[in-house]
Amino acid sequence: MTFRIKPAMLKMAAAAWLLGATSAMADTTLEFTQWWEPELPAGSLRKIMDEFEAANPGIKVTLVSGPYAATRDQISVGAATGTLSDVVGLDGAWVNNLNAQNALADMNPMMDASKFDKAQVADIIKVDGKAVMFPVASFVYPVFVNLDLAAQAGVTKLPSTRAEFLEAAKKMTHADKNQYGWVLPLSLQTPSGVQNDMMSWVWASGQSMMADGKPALEGKPVVDMLTFVKSLNDAGTISPGIATKTEQEKVEEFVNDRVGMMIDSLAHVNLIRKRNPKLNFDLIPVPVVENYNGKRGLPYASWGIGISAGSKHQGEAWKLVQYLMSEKVNAKLVSLANAFPGNVNAKPDFVTSDKAFGKAFEIFKTGYLANEFTGLPVAEDLMTQFDVEAQKMLAGEQSPEQAAANAQKGWTAKF
Amino acid sequence: MTRQKRSRHGLKRAVAPYLYLSPSLLIIGLLMLLPMVTVISYSFQNSAVLRLDSSFAGLKHYQAIFADPVFWASLWHTLYFTCMSVVFHMTIGMIFALMLNSDRINPTLRNILRVLYILPWLFTAVIIAVIWRLLLEPNGVVNSILMQLGLIGSKIEWFSSPETALHAVTFANIWAGYPLFMVSLLAGLQGIPKDFYEAADIDGAKAYQKLIFITIPQLMPIIISISLLDFIWTMQVFPLIWITTGGGPIYSTEVLSTYTYKLAFSSYNLSQASASAVVILLISLGLTLLYIRYQKAR
Repeated sequence: MTFRIKPAMLKMAAAAWLLGATSAMADTTLEFTQWWEPELPAGSLRKIMDEFEAANPGIKVTLVSGPYAATRDQISVGAATGTLSDVVGLDGAWVNNLNAQNALADMNPMMDASKFDKAQVADIIKVDGKAVMFPVASFVYPVFVNLDLAAQAGVTKLPSTRAEFLEAAKKMTHADKNQYGWVLPLSLQTPSGVQNDMMSWVWASGQSMMADGKPALEGKPVVDMLTFVKSLNDAGTISPGIATKTEQEKVEEFVNDRVGMMIDSLAHVNLIRKRNPKLNFDLIPVPVVENYNGKRGLPYASWGIGISAGSKHQGEAWKLVQYLMSEKVNAKLVSLANAFPGNVNAKPDFVTSDKAFGKAFEIFKTGYLANEFTGLPVAEDLMTQFDVEAQKMLAGEQSPEQAAANAQKGWTAKF
Repeated sequence: MTRQKRSRHGLKRAVAPYLYLSPSLLIIGLLMLLPMVTVISYSFQNSAVLRLDSSFAGLKHYQAIFADPVFWASLWHTLYFTCMSVVFHMTIGMIFALMLNSDRINPTLRNILRVLYILPWLFTAVIIAVIWRLLLEPNGVVNSILMQLGLIGSKIEWFSSPETALHAVTFANIWAGYPLFMVSLLAGLQGIPKDFYEAADIDGAKAYQKLIFITIPQLMPIIISISLLDFIWTMQVFPLIWITTGGGPIYSTEVLSTYTYKLAFSSYNLSQASASAVVILLISLGLTLLYIRYQKAR
């Protein structure tokens, strides 16, 4: 049997191949490395990317996803070897190093060229004048209060100042029942407790750990904060095991009614409810120093976004960044993540449907986002150094002033 | 056969062993030698990995780590952790092996003990770390038992106190590692001819004399080999210490592996981290050479 192909069929096949090849050549594929996808409901980030692709014909997005730590290492190596993805998920603690490697593109010219409304974004992270990161989603850190423990201890008014917090913590502490007023995780494995649970006291009162871009740890704000933390420790109100306690253990202790108050990420609200549905808790802003009436700084961690300086598709990458920062898309993304928006006009749906999130959103709107570790060189190393000095202070080896002075010496060497 | 054919045949014979070896040589080269040489080269560069245009730094990074008091503290903690672990692994392993080899214990009980004693070996380092964190936390089972027995008056922060953290983490490692010795020594014990003990019985030797003059000398090759291997492995322990204490509190459990990790992934100083890794490599290499020399001598 002979098999004959008609010339017309051949022509059609050639035309179809040419059409496919041309459209494939016209497509730009962006690589987007982040750790968000595993933390979002399955398939939700891909769906947002599909919608972006539909709205921007000719641009395809490949998601490169992994856990946070693996992504951090991958981005560090990618920056060094010049193989960084076109668009990268960023933590504020990384941007200084990446900028030092000239790995991140300055988004200022892109914003100007596209007439991007800068007022719509909550923050633009700049290093050496270069706009290198936008926070897409922010996870704020208010104080969680166990209302049942507070009521049992006779705390009728939730604390608003440091003095009130100390009093409430003392009342809630019953060491014989393994119950403490506050929990402070200072494990050196993850020294983020320095940022979230210590420096947050400084920022809440509108103060700063920096002065003119340099560390100012010996200043009154940080020394006062250390003195305050020491007073909580001296009063026996902090749950034991501070030096090796991790954030997960902090949350577990709160969930199990073992601590009355903790500073924690709003992202843990659903986890806390899942672990102990009966837990009766409320959220309050981090208490401030006496007589402070200004706006409160709200500590936060963020999912940031930036563009690789080595990307050959910066125009397309900027379109993706703009898309994720736009009001509707940003609201959709942060609703999925239980985070607060990077676009100030975006309103996540959970703030109207959930009382706790609604309250936190009010705190968020009346304060301002504050995290001075964002953009600092070797931020994690700085936290580790401060952590060690704080541990020495809590172990009684040095005073708050000495702890601040020693940390200042270590930090100064890094700047 | 012509001379040409003979010489080709000879060449083939000479090359053949290398061809057989080439897959394993390639794997060793790619997976062991290449990373090792790369890390050594990083230790002599400025801003290794982080910059494509990194320059030659000479011995700068070695000088920096040798001038760092935390490095010397880490070295001391590593030696303490390793020596204590090896000594207790050996002692506990020997006691349990003798127990499991004894005819005086009921065979059923012996089988149960055999399973129980080997249990720590079945757990990964992460599981061991989690178990001991839960047991030794201030409100954990250990404190509760000790307080009920009246042995301690207040809760001890085993992992969080600079005074107890290194001992606590060493204890956890001892618990995790003795089965290697136990299994190896048990195999050795079962290989000692019974005639030796019968002759000793006729001579009126006591139990401790049989242990000192027969059992231990007979087990000595195993003891030395396993001790050297255990020393090398324990020196490089990372996950157990990282998960239980993170090198803290303060620097009380900082060992060379955690020190190196922090330099690399907390300070992003990959050049100094490489220098520290090379120091670990040199110490391990020294012990390995000792091990090889001992094996050759046997």
